[in-house]
Amino acid sequence: MHPEKQKHDFEPKIIAFVCTWCTYAGADLAGTSRMQYPSNVRVLKFPCTGRIDPVFILKAFQQGADGVLVSGCHPGDCHYIAGNFHARRRFATFRKLLEFVGVDLQRLQFSWVSAAEGGKWVEMVTDLTERVRGMGPMVEFKELAMEEQWSGAINTEELKEAYEAI
Amino acid sequence: MSRIGVFVCHCGENISRTVDVERVARAAEKISGVAYACDYKYMCSDPGQNLLKKAVSEHNLDGIVVAACSPRMHEKTFRKAADAAGLNPYLVEMANIREHCSWVHEDKEEATAKATEIVTMLVERVKMNRKLQPITVPVTKRALIIGGGIAGIQAALDIADCGHQVVLVERDPSIGGHMAQLSETFPTLDCSQCIMTPKMVDAANHPNITLHTYSEVENVEGYIGNFQVTIRKKARSVDMDKCTGCGVCMAKCPQKKIPNAFDKNLGMRSAIYVPFPQAVPNTPVIDRENCTWFKSGKCGVCQKVCGPGAVDFTQEDQLIVESIGAIVVATGFELYSINEKPKGSAIKGYGEFGHGKIPDVIDGMTFERLASASGPTGGKIVRPSDGKEPKQIVFVQCVGSRAREKGISYCSKICCMYTAKHTMLYHHKVHDGQAYVFFMDARTPGKGYDEFWRRSIEEEQAVYIRGAVSRLYEKGDKIVVMGSDISLGIQVEIEADMVVLATAVQPRTGAELLAQKLGISYDGYNFYSEAHAKLRPVECATAGVYLAGACQGPKDIPDTVSQASAAAAKVMTLFSKDKLEREPIVAKVREAGCVACFYCKKVCPYGAVEEKEIRDRQGNLIKVVAYVNPGVCGGCGTCQATCPSKSVELDGYTDEQIIAQIEAL
Repeated sequence: MHPEKQKHDFEPKIIAFVCTWCTYAGADLAGTSRMQYPSNVRVLKFPCTGRIDPVFILKAFQQGADGVLVSGCHPGDCHYIAGNFHARRRFATFRKLLEFVGVDLQRLQFSWVSAAEGGKWVEMVTDLTERVRGMGPMVEFKELAMEEQWSGAINTEELKEAYEAI
Repeated sequence: MSRIGVFVCHCGENISRTVDVERVARAAEKISGVAYACDYKYMCSDPGQNLLKKAVSEHNLDGIVVAACSPRMHEKTFRKAADAAGLNPYLVEMANIREHCSWVHEDKEEATAKATEIVTMLVERVKMNRKLQPITVPVTKRALIIGGGIAGIQAALDIADCGHQVVLVERDPSIGGHMAQLSETFPTLDCSQCIMTPKMVDAANHPNITLHTYSEVENVEGYIGNFQVTIRKKARSVDMDKCTGCGVCMAKCPQKKIPNAFDKNLGMRSAIYVPFPQAVPNTPVIDRENCTWFKSGKCGVCQKVCGPGAVDFTQEDQLIVESIGAIVVATGFELYSINEKPKGSAIKGYGEFGHGKIPDVIDGMTFERLASASGPTGGKIVRPSDGKEPKQIVFVQCVGSRAREKGISYCSKICCMYTAKHTMLYHHKVHDGQAYVFFMDARTPGKGYDEFWRRSIEEEQAVYIRGAVSRLYEKGDKIVVMGSDISLGIQVEIEADMVVLATAVQPRTGAELLAQKLGISYDGYNFYSEAHAKLRPVECATAGVYLAGACQGPKDIPDTVSQASAAAAKVMTLFSKDKLEREPIVAKVREAGCVACFYCKKVCPYGAVEEKEIRDRQGNLIKVVAYVNPGVCGGCGTCQATCPSKSVELDGYTDEQIIAQIEAL
């Protein structure tokens, strides 16, 4: 009955930060409608996208996430009046920072999924999973996690150059 | 070391079909801090809940993860069960392995692995959960109604009849609002005064209603159940306790040529006046700008003739502070003015309609006053310029409304119906007259509305022309109306004696200032915003503030009355308990870390953040910190994500909980 499931060498980990009122409910709807999507996503529930601190995204990458999805209510539909607007503004800036740091923004998806958009949720999770699978594992931040106890020694050519330029 | 209990549900076969629940439970057992794990066919059933309750006491659990359906489904069930077993309900979390796992995946291996991971994440989270207590807020059972039109009066009467105290504040000298100005009302042609004035008297005589007319809300502090409202009672110059309402002062006042705003400046009033004969309260006010005494210090006739000695020139504005539990805002509307281009507004005026310079081009409310039996003409429809009866009258609809290029894109909702009514009133009074109506669409949803509109055409001979008016100009004593008839595709010119413009319904001037005092939100036109357009249409997002009537958007009388009663019902729900209990998902400030940048205050959609001064025992100011009022906080957590020093925390969604969950990945 089911098409033969394709085996992949690499199964990415996707973390989704969602608001409880719209996207979480949308994901629930995908469930109640028995839609199918890759099992790579782990959902973290927040009251509002406004609560989502960019640090959580960094933390997720550091902890082994290969892709991060942030989703909440459509603009104007926020259960908390304007939390999603604050989130939108915050992440617009945050994306620039990530880009500057060198994170491929293809690994990070922001979107709006309402409680009625189970289909959109499935589509988005599937797309992101496939996209990140194609990109391979996210290694940069994991290395950074190892280096958290960085000694401060100027041990590479690049750092030396930068130090002298100050 | 935590003692967490993990309960994995089969949900019949809904979960166990794709998730190996036994393996999930066995894996959960191995997580550090898990004291007990099991699986059960139906966790939400009575035996399932008993299993949970028994495990809490037997294994001395201090946290619970129920791996089952969505928390949106059964979180309350399991929190209640935990509470019954003596465990704080906020130490229960649900791992959603049905909607987010078993139902959306087919591969049993994959789904089981995912379910195990979800459970692990929530176990780590629950370790960081704190015991929370529901928040209780005392409720002052006294309502404030702002605005004494039909909306405010209806809400006040409903709440007062329920046995609660009501304070009704009205800006004008009399309650009644716009409805008192109308002649007849659609779709039944009831005389407006006849149905309105008894309600006004009821409100004034009600033992539970305190009426503050000629008063305005000066300041609002506090939060749901506990507002402190300062009301400015403007100086009336007449002692309300002494005045008998005999009216001798008005008869003797030498200043009699002041245009009466209530009559749309068609009639005249004296300097000491009541706006209309049926005013409630029937106590006059001295209009200090026009009173000879206040201008020159001479006259004082009213004081001399007043038998009870009620006239008091020395009276001053009074500030009254009232303790209030709930506020109903019913400030109503005003009509778009064609007289001039509103200053500093994106809304453009109507230069092509003469900007109010043609005296016989009037608005709908002026027509109401002309048609009203108690109006300045005693109900005779005449031209304001020469008092002649108009034989050809043109009504123009959608003036201001539905005109994006003029700055207002919404439909004013009432104009189609009141224009139909105007054509009828006109035909009833001027039998040989002819009414023309320029309209875009006739919008007549409502009980008996379409029948009413059709009657104006079929029985009252109003001629409806679908099209817009491009220009009005005077020609002799006529007004030439140039327009188009798009049904026939021709240009139309009508030489009219009078033109009535159905101008747009707008919020009151200064509506935004009141909104800022109340901390409620408003849209681009300054109409007040409801919390949810469909499901919470009478509540503001600010807890404890409710909306009634046209201050929220254009409304006719039936809709306004319904909404006013709905708002009253909401207030009565609030007043039905002595204490307000709410979920403790609110933000708290860690004062030691707060650097008083108040970014949280800027982003808070509820205005829940206040500035709190910390003083030492001598009363010296040590520092200012943010304080989140738990009664007002909505629990979105935007403040926490914004706080640069991480000094504000949303209970139930703390950084520790979320980081723990991410780290379990």
